[in-house]
Amino acid sequence: MSGSRFFSSPRWGSTPRATLFCRDTGLPFVDLRWPAGILIVATFLLVAFNADAQSGAARSSVYAILWKWTPLLFQGFCLNLLMSALAMAFGTILGALLGLAQISLLPPVRTGSWALTQVLRNSPWLVTIFYIMYLVPFEVKIGGTVIPLPDWIKATFGFTLPVMANVSEIVRGAIRSIPATQWEAARSLAFTRRQTLWMIIIPQCLKRMLPPWMNLYSILTMGTVLANIVGVSESLTIVRDVLASERRTDLLMPMYAYILVWFFLYIYPISVATVRLERKWSVKG
Amino acid sequence: MVGEGVMAMDKALKEPQVVITDVHKSFGTVQVLKGVSMSVRKSEVVCIIGPSGSGKSTLLRCINALVPIDKGSIKVDGIEVNDPKLDELALRRRVGIVFQSYNLFPHRTALQNIMMAPVHVLRQDKAEVEARARKLLAKVRLSEKADSYPGELSGGQQQRVAIARSLCMMPDVMMFDEVTAALDPETVKEVLNTIRELAAEGMTCILVTHEMGFAREVADTVHFTDHGRIVESGDAKAFFTSASDPRTREFLTQVL
Repeated sequence: MSGSRFFSSPRWGSTPRATLFCRDTGLPFVDLRWPAGILIVATFLLVAFNADAQSGAARSSVYAILWKWTPLLFQGFCLNLLMSALAMAFGTILGALLGLAQISLLPPVRTGSWALTQVLRNSPWLVTIFYIMYLVPFEVKIGGTVIPLPDWIKATFGFTLPVMANVSEIVRGAIRSIPATQWEAARSLAFTRRQTLWMIIIPQCLKRMLPPWMNLYSILTMGTVLANIVGVSESLTIVRDVLASERRTDLLMPMYAYILVWFFLYIYPISVATVRLERKWSVKG
Repeated sequence: MVGEGVMAMDKALKEPQVVITDVHKSFGTVQVLKGVSMSVRKSEVVCIIGPSGSGKSTLLRCINALVPIDKGSIKVDGIEVNDPKLDELALRRRVGIVFQSYNLFPHRTALQNIMMAPVHVLRQDKAEVEARARKLLAKVRLSEKADSYPGELSGGQQQRVAIARSLCMMPDVMMFDEVTAALDPETVKEVLNTIRELAAEGMTCILVTHEMGFAREVADTVHFTDHGRIVESGDAKAFFTSASDPRTREFLTQVL
């Protein structure tokens, strides 16, 4: 894929890699160039136009139908964004703790957190989500109050786990990437391990962690449509409901393309920013 | 009265500040130090020379407990380093070390690099530390670089900031681990000048160096190490002119 005009290879440091996978997370690297956007939009318009031409005069146009359902689709899309934001927030907090546990001086803590990270990072997201859906009850009782746990909350928890594992690995990788001489210099100046970590190592890691973290967010946002399989009313579920109620085969392609463009328009700027940050910071170190 | 003062000073000068006795250290199966003994008096400048891999850098790291020793004793100002209950803070504020690769903290400016440890480790007053740090920057002739980040400084400038950073802890002993080895020839001089000034001010210095000319000029005592042992020690002038050990002579003819 290295010569492709539609996908660029991710840049790490100064070495361009002919791979679509991010080094730190092992996840597909979202880095689409503008020709890819043109291609997708063109496909969408072409498909919609063809479908429109076949639909005949008696029925309302594909565009009109898309427009009619846009508010509902938007609601579903917002749920995707909400789930991704919450899963990212909790996953980042938990993942940071898990990542720090991975560099603990206590062997049981280190091994345990490593094992948890590896299991969650190397299993399909969908399996984790199913697991959580069946594991977590539909409501919890704390004292006398009953707190209902709707499906989308449970699915969000399901997304939090792989995010946590990936963040854990980003944190561990970034800390490990700081040269040992920094630790040695800090020790020679009588900094404690904790002071060294918080004042010297982690501040240097933040820059290194941000691009893979943003990349993870892009992948998570796209991944939230998996919640449709467990019945959460997110955008893809709504697309299917709309298609079922409209009963028109010529709607299939435009409808999916429509939602595809939404995701693209949301994710693309993030991946552009990721690449820019990476390039900017790889120079200065 | 005057005579007494001179005698007291003389005694202080002769009093050993660092005493190393029969130190052994292995990394895995590799014996790096095989019974090293030496002592350093107050205000003495000691140079350790010898081929690479002879344990010089390890010895320095043992002195401030960056590397624990297997056997033997190291005393700095009476603090026993080979002690499980060692107060590392007390030891490391007395012994400064400067490394070959400078190891400045890249996310902090030169001034911040110098101030960090006194402020956060010794919990000294920030304004006081800043005044001291600026004086030290002036001393290493880098006053105008106070707000530069390490990435913006040359190797020689970074190394001088690193020296100032160690000095700001107000140590009694300074150790230099091949501090000019990674520098361009033209910047070596500025770093050596800084060390020369320190030595002249009476700072106790332990240098590991390959700069034989410099060692000859500033050192009071020279120790030659080979294969984890001190092969020959002596007064600097005598050492370079009339070394008796064949290995030392061979080394000197190669490097001089």
